[in-house]
Order: sequence, then C-alpha cells, then structure tokens
Amino acid sequence: MTALLPTRHDEAWRYADLAALESVWPVAPETIVLAPGEQGTRTLVIDGAAVHDIAITLGEGAQFAFHVLNAAKGYGRVALRVTLARGSRFHLGAAQIAGGEQTVEIVTEVIHAEPDAVSRQVVRQVLAGQATGNYLGRVVVDRGAVGTDGEQSIRAMLLDRTATANARPELEIFADDVKCAHGCAIGELDANALFYLASRGIPPISAKALMLQAFLAEAFVGAADEERLTAAAVAALETVL
Amino acid sequence: MSLLTITDLANEVAGKPILKGLSLSINAGEIHAIMGPNGAGKSTLAYTLGGRPGYDVTGGSATLDGRDLLAMAPHERAAAGLFLGFQYPVEIPGVSMVQFLREALNAQRKSRGEEPLSGGAFLKLAREKAALLKLDPDMLKRPVNVGFSGGEKKRAEMVQMGILDPKLAILDETDSGLDIDALKVCGEGINAIMRRPDKAVLLITHYQRLLDYVKPDFVHVLAGGRIVRSGGPELALELEEQGYEALVA
Ligand SMILES: Nc1ncnc2c1ncn2[C@@H]1O[C@H](COP(=O)(O)OP(=O)(O)OP(=O)(O)O)[C@@H](O)[C@H]1O
Ligand SMILES: [Mg+2]
Repeated sequence: MTALLPTRHDEAWRYADLAALESVWPVAPETIVLAPGEQGTRTLVIDGAAVHDIAITLGEGAQFAFHVLNAAKGYGRVALRVTLARGSRFHLGAAQIAGGEQTVEIVTEVIHAEPDAVSRQVVRQVLAGQATGNYLGRVVVDRGAVGTDGEQSIRAMLLDRTATANARPELEIFADDVKCAHGCAIGELDANALFYLASRGIPPISAKALMLQAFLAEAFVGAADEERLTAAAVAALETVL
Repeated sequence: MSLLTITDLANEVAGKPILKGLSLSINAGEIHAIMGPNGAGKSTLAYTLGGRPGYDVTGGSATLDGRDLLAMAPHERAAAGLFLGFQYPVEIPGVSMVQFLREALNAQRKSRGEEPLSGGAFLKLAREKAALLKLDPDMLKRPVNVGFSGGEKKRAEMVQMGILDPKLAILDETDSGLDIDALKVCGEGINAIMRRPDKAVLLITHYQRLLDYVKPDFVHVLAGGRIVRSGGPELALELEEQGYEALVA
C-alpha cells in the first residue's frame, strides 16, 4: 500500500469521501488467513467513522463468513480483497445505513484463484438525506478456476430523492465453465405496502422501519449473531427515519 | 346514530374526477351493500375514506362517529375505528403476519391510550380469530400475504378485521376469489365480528351470493361517481336479474 492519499482516478476510491479519509490516512491494512479446511466468521459493526482495509486468504476448502453493519457516523468504508483457493467458500453479508451527508462504502475484490470455489455477496443499503452509499465489487475468475460459483446480490433503498446509491458489480472471467451472477437494484419503499400498513393503524415511521428491517435482514441471514446485528440495524434506522 | 356520514364527496385520481358528489349515511348496527358497474368508483370510495395517497378530495365531507375522517392521516383513521378490506391485499415480504398485526393492534391501542397487548395475549387472540375464519394458524407466521392464494388472502383480511375489531368495516369485494365453502366461512365471520349494535359494515360486491350470508339492511348502486339508487335487500336481487343498464340509464 502506498502512503499517498488516493484520488478519484483510482477506481476503488471513485466515490469515496476523500476529505474525511485524509484525517485517518494512511490506513493500516489487516490480514486474515484461513488454513486449508479451516472455518471462520467475523462480524464488523461500524457506528463511528472508520476505514477498514482487509485482505482475506482462504486455503483449500476453507470457509469464511463476514457480516458487516456499516452505520457510520461520518465516513465508513470497508475494503476487502479476498483470495479463494480450491473448493473454498466466502460469504459477505453487509448492510449499510446512512443519512445526512455521510458516505458509506463497501469495496470488494474477490479472486477465484483456483477451481470450485464459491463466493456470495449480499449487500443491502438504506440511504436518506444527502447520503451516498457505494458498492464496488469485482469478481475475478483466474485462468483455470473452472467450476467457480460467484454471486452478487446488491440492493439499495433510497428514502429521499436526494440520496445516492452507486452500485457497480463487475465480473472479470478468464476461465471456462464458471457460474457467475449479479443482481443489482435501486428503489424506493413500495407505496402500496406503506398504505396497507397505515390502513391497519401503523404510523408512517413505524411502517417504514418494519419494511426496512425486513429488507436489511437479508444481509444478516445465517450470521452467528444475527439478532445482535438486527438490533443494531434497527437502532441505526431510527436515526435516519 | 349515524356512524359514517358522507356528504357530497368529490375526488380526483391522477387528475381525473372519479367521485362526483357522493352522499351516504350509515347508522351503527346497520349493514349496507354497494354494487355498481366496473370502474364506477367503488374501490375509489374505499381508498378515499381510508386516506390513500393520490386520492385527492376536492369537495364534500366524511365523518366517522362525528369525527372528521378526511382530516386524519390513514393510520389515525384506523385507530378511530375504520377498517378497509382490500380488493387486492398487498404482499409484504420479510414481515410476518404476526409481527405486522401485533404492531398494528398495539399502535391503535396506544393512540387510544390503552396498554399494549403482550406477545402471549396477542397470539391467543390471533389464533382465536384464525380459527373463526378457519385459517391455518401457521399462516400467521408467514410474511404478510406472500404466497397466499387469492382466497387465503381474503380470509386473512377477515382475520385481521377480527383482531383489530373496528367500528366500521369497508369490505371491497371480499367475496371475490373465495370458493363456495370459504364464502360461507367469511360471511359467517363477518357476522360474528361486525354484527353488533355499535358497529357497521359497508360491503362492496358484485354478487348476491355474499349477501345471502351477510344480509344487508340497505343496498346502493354506485355509478358514475354517485349513488344513483338506494333500496332494501330486494334491490340486489333486482340488479342480479336486470343488470345495471336499465337502472343506471
Ligand atoms: N391510480 C389510478 N390512476 C388512474 N385512474 C385510476 C386510478 N385508480 C382508479 N382509477 C380510475 O378510477 C375509476 C374508478 O375505479 P375503481 O377502482 O374505483 O372502480 P370500481 O368501481 O372499484 O371497479 P371494479 O368493480 O372493477 O373493482 C376507473 O375508471 C379507474 O380506471
Ligand atoms: Mg374495485
């Protein structure tokens, strides 16, 4: 890593809050290595300002599940560079919640270096006010990494027309016989559903919270501490509704 | 005493006038039916009374129990005792029926200054109402209306009505999509829940078959955004025989 502050020309920093970054730069990178066959999990809850840069290497047959709640007050960024050996499995479930003028982002590069590895990325964002929420996710399938199975499911809910979501799933495939899929949607809460909830007596803020909680929960499915993450997400939602 | 009083109600949907001076009065203890051709404005009336965004009132008034319905937000109308049975109940993925209804009931209770119902007490109530409507109680664990069949959705609407215990229910084509047995179950459910001296029902329907179970005191014909004819239960039979054309012309 270079000690030079990145610029907008760097693809991975294109939508970043560079002014906020300056105060925490340079960021010390972190490394997670899983031995062949090893299993691990990690949960990261960001509620202050934080910039994380994490390299994750999975040995043959290793499995790693990473869950993130990025509800930063200020700039919150999680950058992951994941390298997958034969038959390994990586899961990312991430929720981002932001309001005000905050920028939150998740930047991933998942490299299927060897055959038969599986990667799953589920990212859900709720953005209000003038907030910006980014997902830049590159899946690279190296030459010879046949039998790769990679999926990215990226969705954002804008609570205000002034909020912005940037979602860029990318695939770079240099091997045959791979299964890669990405889905990406940016939307608003369903007005019919909100009226239905209201017609039963649920006030507007509670109705939104109910629907957004269900939406964000998709990021936490299967997490070891699903309940804690959900509770933290609900608390964070209250600050943007 | 008049529970619902609608006077000269006019509205616009997407800039188009739909209701054009509709008046209707419903007393506590009464059951009224509204019939009328497709596109007449029946669902529009229901949505407008419920306060659906986009259904802009341009004239007239509506009161529930003497309170100005049109001045209230949709959730306040519910707490004031209004229930809408939807012609097309909405699916809400990820939110369970139990969670949704408990939150709804407790929000209503809170706004009336009542204590919230505990989880256990709520489940008991929900199971009781599901049994009344012969709805499998396990369906209450599922996300709101998601994957419910057409008939199950309508039954679930009636379970919701039983739990929320409104003063006035406006039921928009609750009979459509119901099989013959379900029609009977729902009809009996409506009677059990709503046929009380202090409650009233407005049934929107196209067919006599529901009215065989839920006997109306009055039947109205809505056409062109107005009530064009009112009568007793015999009016529904007359319509069934003659159609609208003769009446509306
Ligand atoms: N959201 C909307 N945008 C535009 N037009 C609408 C909208 N909602 C209703 N309308 C129009 O208002 C009129 C009345 O519709 P409404 O649904 O109230 O009829 P209805 O009497 O309930 O008919 P049906 O018996 O078919 O259910 C129709 O001409 C319909 O096309
Ligand atoms: Mg209709």
